[in-house]
Amino acid sequence: MPIEVNGKTLETDEEGYLVNLDDWEPAVAEAMAKEDDLELTDEHWEIINFLREYYEEYQIAPAVRVLTKAVGKRLGKDKGNSKYLYGLFPYGPGKQACRYAGLPKPTGCV
Amino acid sequence: MSDLHTVNKSPFEKNSLDTCLRLSKAGSSILLYEDGVYAALAGTSASEKITGALADRKVYVLEPDFRARGLKADRLIEGVEMVDYAGFVDLVDACSKVQAWV
Amino acid sequence: MSDKKQFMFLNRRAPYGTIYAWESLEVVLIAAAFEQAVSLAFIDDGVYQLVTGQDTTGIGMKNFSPTYKTLGDYEVRHMYVDKDSLEARGLSVDDLVVVPWEDWETEETVDNIVEVVDSAKLAELLEESDVVFSF
Repeated sequence: MPIEVNGKTLETDEEGYLVNLDDWEPAVAEAMAKEDDLELTDEHWEIINFLREYYEEYQIAPAVRVLTKAVGKRLGKDKGNSKYLYGLFPYGPGKQACRYAGLPKPTGCV
Repeated sequence: MSDLHTVNKSPFEKNSLDTCLRLSKAGSSILLYEDGVYAALAGTSASEKITGALADRKVYVLEPDFRARGLKADRLIEGVEMVDYAGFVDLVDACSKVQAWV
Repeated sequence: MSDKKQFMFLNRRAPYGTIYAWESLEVVLIAAAFEQAVSLAFIDDGVYQLVTGQDTTGIGMKNFSPTYKTLGDYEVRHMYVDKDSLEARGLSVDDLVVVPWEDWETEETVDNIVEVVDSAKLAELLEESDVVFSF
């Protein structure tokens, strides 16, 4: 289903992930969050930005376990746990946050 | 006009290059592309095949495939020429036919 | 002994020319979720997967070489490279990617889990593995 962002129609796959990674802009995350009735806070953006940096460096979306550990290392242990991450992204930090960040679904994520 | 022979398999894995070199005639051209580009590197156990062929044949390597594999131009066997896609087309155009060793 | 199995992923193909290298990498990423002891071996043209400086912009394919650098985060503990295969291709360890590893609990670190080994060592490692996945 395509998503409307800033007057542009962006292609997404059947699960709502962007088809073209280059289509991403912050407004994409805002639009996707709005559809989920979620207001993005600085804490959400911290994770979204982290995911985009991770993808830029390694060319994959990290598995949830890897994300959790990496966040803990980078942003502190109080954030590197599933309770915190699921609190921010109730549909799953791997799936939901990666989708907002314009990344593909993490490999091995079902 | 002579033939253009193309090889897209690694010389370490398949015998495509060997057979190409055995059956291509003097004066013909050989283009290495995809995994065939590994044959164009100096200092490998397969380098002699290409240095031998250069005595009477022209050898080309497709640059986009070479770069994709992280290979360095300074390790190219002397005498092997790098071509881009347009150069590939020019080669095809300049030869009587293309013989692919896949 | 724990009930962890020793998984060995055997990589023998160059990247891009065939799909094997990428498929192997994907399975390795998935296997990490099962918390097994995962090792990778790079033999024959498989050593080309680890060569640095890959640039696929000209061939319209995804450059997956940066992904190897994060395998330590996926609990891959060893990446063995066959010495003979490397030498036959005029390559040395300096041409290959560096993959760090860190134990997040103990903070034990290894600067590079990529290790060049000879045939005898490799034969031993393969024999010791419980399961060998071939690509």
